[in-house]
Amino acid sequence: MPDTVDLLHIHDLRFAWPGSSGDVLALADLRLSPGRSYFLHGPSGCGKSTLLGLMAGVLLPRQGRVELQGQDWAALPAGRRDRRRADLVGVIFQQFNLLSYLSCLDNVLLPCRLSRVRAQRCNGSIQDEAHRLLQRMDLPAALWGRRADALSIGQQQRVAAARALIGRPPLVIADEPTSALDEPLRDAFMSLLMAECREGGSTLVFVSHDARLAQHFDERLSLRDMQAGQVLQETVA
Amino acid sequence: MSFLLRLALRSAWNRRGTLGLVLASIALSTALLWTLEGLRRDLRSSFSQAVSGTDLVVGARSGSVQLMLYTVFRVGGATNGISMDSVRAVSAHRAVAWTVPIALGDSYRGFPVLGTTTGYFQHFAYGDRQPLALASGRAFSGQLDGLYEAVLGAEVAQQLGHRLGNRITLSHGVGATPGLEHADKAFTVTGILQRTGTPVDRTVHVSLQALQAIHLDWVGGAPMPGVRISAQDARKFDLEPRQVTAALVGLKSRAAVFTVQRFVSEYRDEPLMGVLPGVALDELWDALGLGERALQLVCALVALVSLAGLVATVLAGLNERRRELAVLRAMGAGPRDVLWLLVLEGAVVTSTGAVVGLLAALGAQALAGPVLQARFGILLQMGLPAATQWGVLGAVLLAGMLASLLPAWRAYRLSLADGLSPRL
Repeated sequence: MPDTVDLLHIHDLRFAWPGSSGDVLALADLRLSPGRSYFLHGPSGCGKSTLLGLMAGVLLPRQGRVELQGQDWAALPAGRRDRRRADLVGVIFQQFNLLSYLSCLDNVLLPCRLSRVRAQRCNGSIQDEAHRLLQRMDLPAALWGRRADALSIGQQQRVAAARALIGRPPLVIADEPTSALDEPLRDAFMSLLMAECREGGSTLVFVSHDARLAQHFDERLSLRDMQAGQVLQETVA
Repeated sequence: MSFLLRLALRSAWNRRGTLGLVLASIALSTALLWTLEGLRRDLRSSFSQAVSGTDLVVGARSGSVQLMLYTVFRVGGATNGISMDSVRAVSAHRAVAWTVPIALGDSYRGFPVLGTTTGYFQHFAYGDRQPLALASGRAFSGQLDGLYEAVLGAEVAQQLGHRLGNRITLSHGVGATPGLEHADKAFTVTGILQRTGTPVDRTVHVSLQALQAIHLDWVGGAPMPGVRISAQDARKFDLEPRQVTAALVGLKSRAAVFTVQRFVSEYRDEPLMGVLPGVALDELWDALGLGERALQLVCALVALVSLAGLVATVLAGLNERRRELAVLRAMGAGPRDVLWLLVLEGAVVTSTGAVVGLLAALGAQALAGPVLQARFGILLQMGLPAATQWGVLGAVLLAGMLASLLPAWRAYRLSLADGLSPRL
C-alpha cells in the first residue's frame, strides 16, 4: 500500500530521551490523512508533546520511521529537516508562542520569511495574507503593529494560530493551545482554528487533556491505547 | 540567514538591559587590564628613567646595583669615596663632555643631603631627558658668598612646608636616628625644584664646599672637642673637597661609552668603576620585580573574574531565552542556527565592550596622565600602546568569544533536547 495517500505515517516507532534507559513512546502504526483533524489525548506525561516533536521532525526516533508526505524525517540531513519543517508544518504552543520583541504582524509573517514555500502558497502578498488571517482571528487592526507582549493571552494565542496557518502548511500541530484560555475564549478560538484549517486544507493534530474539546474533531486518538499496541481511531459521527 | 541575523539583533536589543550590563563589565575589565598593563610598563620605564642624559656613573669599585642605589636612589651609603683627582682625570678624557661630582652622607630630617656643583642643575636629567627646573628661587650660587645655600626637592619642601628664605640645619649622617646637628652653620633655602617623580624630589642640594665647611671642625663623626670654627671663619679655609662619593659623567658621543668605561676601570691611581645607569637600573628593577609580578597577577585575576561574569550572565539569561529558541526551532531554525546566533551575540557584545573599554582607558589616561606624573611621578606614555597591551586586548576578545561558546553550546544542547516544548 503506497504511503503517499497518508499525510503522515508513523511506523514501528520507539523513542527514548537521550540518557534515559526506557522508551517514552512506542507506536506500532499511526496514519494521518490530509485535511482531517485529530484530537490527541492522554494523561499528562504520556508523551503527547514528544509525539508532536517527532511529527515535526524536531526529535528523531530511536527506531522506526516518521514519514511526512512520504519522506522519513530521519533520512534527511539536519539542515534539510529544518527547512522542510518550515515549509510543511505550523506549530502552536500552549503559551508564549510569540517573539515578544516583534510586532503581531511580524510574528505572523515569520514562517513566510523563513520559508519561500510558505510565502508562495499565500494568496496575494504575504502582508495581505497576514492581514486576512489576523482579521479572521478577530484581532482589530489597531493591535497589529503592537509588540506581541502587549497583547492579552487570548489575543496572543490567536496571533499564534494565524502564524501557524499562514501559507497553508499541510500539517498544523497544536500543543494544548487553549489551556490558558477561559471557556468562552476557548470555544471561539477552537471554531476559528478549525474553520481556517478546513479552508486551508491543513491536517490538524491537536493535543489536549480536556475531553470536552473532542467533539470539534474528525477523529480522536488516545495515546495510551495506541501505546498498548492497538491503533484506536474513533470516528466521531 | 540575513533574516536570522536581523532577528538576532532585535532580540539582543530587546535584552539590551542585561546585555548592556555584560558589555559594561567587559568594557570595565578591558579598561582596567589595558591601564594596568600600560601602568606596569610605564612604572618600569619611570623607574629606569630616574636618571637620563648621564652616560656613566663613576664610583669606588663595588657592585653596580649598589652604586645606583646610593647615587640615584640615595639608599644606603658608599663604602668608599673617590678622590677629586680621579674625577678630574675622568673629566680630562677627550670623549667626556662634563662631570658632576656628588657627595652624600648628611641628612635633613630624614631626607638625604647631596653635595654637588652648579653643573648638577645643568646636566642632570630624568625621564625623557627632561632637565631639572626650579619651581621658585634659584640654584645655590657655588660662590663663597652664598656658601650656605640649599635647593630643596619638591617633596622635601612640600612635606616640611618650607619656602624660600627658610633656614635649615643639616644633621650629620643618615638613617632613622638623627645624628648630631650642624647647628652652628644654618643654610638658607634659595630654590625649590619642580616635581620630577624621581628621588631628586626627596633630596636637599647644597654645594660641595658647604659640605666641606660644616665638617671643618668635625672629626670621626663628632665635633672636635674644644675647636669651634664659626660659619663666617669657615670661608677662610680651603674648602675644595678632596673626596666625593661618585661622579656623574656625560659624554660628547654615546658611542664612546665603552671606551670611557674601560678607561675608568683601568684607572691606575685608584680602583674605580663606571656604570651605565640604564643597564644598572634595569638590573635593579629585575631585583625588585616582585611588585611587577604582583601587578601581573592582579591583571590576570581581573580578567578571569570579568570573563566568569560574562559566562554567568549569558548562562543565566539563557533560561529566559529557551522559549524564544523553541519558537525559532519550530519556525524552521536549526540547532546550528541557534548555536550561531549565540556565538554571534557573544562576539558582538565582547568586541563592542572591548572597544568601549579601550576608549574609556585612553580617555582616562588623557585626563589622569598629568596628575599621575605630578603626584606620583609616573610618566604615562600617551599614544604609544605597548605590544603587551594589544596582547591584552586580543586576549579579552579571544576569551570573550570562547566564553560565549559555553552558553551557545548549552543552548544547542537544550534546543536538541527540548524538541518543541521547553521543559522548564
